[in-house]
Amino acid sequence: MHNDNLVEIENVEFGYGDRPVLKGINLTARRGQVIAIMGSSGCGKTTLLRLIGGQIKPGRGTVRVAGESLGELDQAGLYRLRRKMGMLFQFGALFTDISVFDNVAFQLREHTDLPEDAIRDLVLMKLHAVGLRGASQLMPAELSGGMARRVALARAIALEPMLVMYDEPFAGLDPISLGITGNLIRRLTDTLGLTSLVVTHDVQESLKIVDYIYFVSEGVIVAEGTAAEIRASDLPYVHQFVHGEADGPVPFHYPAPSYADDLRLGKQRA
Amino acid sequence: MPMTCDWENSVLKQSIENLGNSALQGVRRIGFAARFFVAVLLHSGTAFRRFGLTIREMYFTGVLSLIIILVSGLFVGMVLGLQGYETLQTYGAEEALGVLVALSLVRELGPVVAALLFASRAGSAITAEIGLMKATEQLSAMEMMAVDPIARVVAPRFWAGVISMPLLAALFSAMGIFGGYLVGVQLIGVDEGAFWSQMKSAVDLERDILNGVIKSVVFGVAITTIALFEGYDAPPTAEGVSGATTRTVVASSLAVLALDFVLTAFMFRGLN
Repeated sequence: MHNDNLVEIENVEFGYGDRPVLKGINLTARRGQVIAIMGSSGCGKTTLLRLIGGQIKPGRGTVRVAGESLGELDQAGLYRLRRKMGMLFQFGALFTDISVFDNVAFQLREHTDLPEDAIRDLVLMKLHAVGLRGASQLMPAELSGGMARRVALARAIALEPMLVMYDEPFAGLDPISLGITGNLIRRLTDTLGLTSLVVTHDVQESLKIVDYIYFVSEGVIVAEGTAAEIRASDLPYVHQFVHGEADGPVPFHYPAPSYADDLRLGKQRA
Repeated sequence: MPMTCDWENSVLKQSIENLGNSALQGVRRIGFAARFFVAVLLHSGTAFRRFGLTIREMYFTGVLSLIIILVSGLFVGMVLGLQGYETLQTYGAEEALGVLVALSLVRELGPVVAALLFASRAGSAITAEIGLMKATEQLSAMEMMAVDPIARVVAPRFWAGVISMPLLAALFSAMGIFGGYLVGVQLIGVDEGAFWSQMKSAVDLERDILNGVIKSVVFGVAITTIALFEGYDAPPTAEGVSGATTRTVVASSLAVLALDFVLTAFMFRGLN
């Protein structure tokens, strides 16, 4: 393993039941970088994050985080490693029965013996970093979608992890929240020395903030490169994705029998 | 003709396959539920080390069920008073009304009706809460924060339910006896001294009250296990959670009634 690589995925295959989702993925994430994993819905991007988080195990291949192979860790080892990871779920996944403050304090209370005064200061610092110190006493139900995601981001970085994973952080956000979230991901990565893995299909916002991009389609990496390389790419899949074209390598129509046959045109009706 | 035969065969085959699959699915779920129950017991350390978590859940499952339990207990006791008096006076034994009300409540109605109400009020709420936590990825988030949801979320709710259930059943019985007293003594005019003294001499601490408590503890274990399992196992969708909530009420009500028969058979077999 290269020392600069925080995450290394080698020849990973995974499927749900008989349905293969990932068919031999190779991916690395270097320390201090923002890496985007892009692809159309259902291509296995979120599955990839779940593999890196150790929530599921690959059928074949290895997933290494900070040099440790997740497949070889028991639950205690996995939990030890997860303390160094943060995860931002698509809609925040805040605990709805406790306040914003308590959400951010959750890991600090669970995993440290810090006195409540110190926890208070740390929580307010994290909330300040995402611009929501003033919302510390609100309940999650009182937050907008963008605010909920920023609180979830503050919670994800509460223990100052080495890796933060973001599952569709831009989905459903208004343009202002979208810009704020994108900037936060970049700024926090740089200032805290994190590595960020962003699963998204928001091309324009991602290209502004990421260092490297992987395109996943039908369970394999079909393209990769820096933002400039991706913009200049003439690969049909990348071109279709970046320019949002309705038809191309990813077809508009779900596989179906002939349209004429389905409408029983040219056939004797029964 | 061969086509008809094939069609019949295929439908029959499909039906048998569906039946087999349903049976396998049912057995598999029972197996999962048993493993889940063992996992909850093994991960119960947090529920006792940080007893505040369990106390908090006791508020939601126990304290918030108090209104329905107390009001229902009062009315059940009042109805028992009316119906009991009606029957007993036929034999000139209306002074035994206190015995009838108390034994009916502490042996059967207290634990069973309180458990049925607990399943509807608290069991459904537990399933819906856990199911929604799963659907909104709160449980996954907790796992990703290296916090075991079974230990942190499930076990405190389990022990809160197990502790709350006998307390609620006892309160139900107490309110029921009070209801029977109101109707029998205050309204109808049964002798107050006979009402209480016969009750006191006929109700046995071990045979009646302790057995009633044991029943309600068993019901508490059954209801909270079913409620927690259904929530934890619910498909993470709106209809998945609603289906799980319904299954909780149906399954735990049936479990309470079936367990009540089994426990009663063991506890009171051969008693006069």
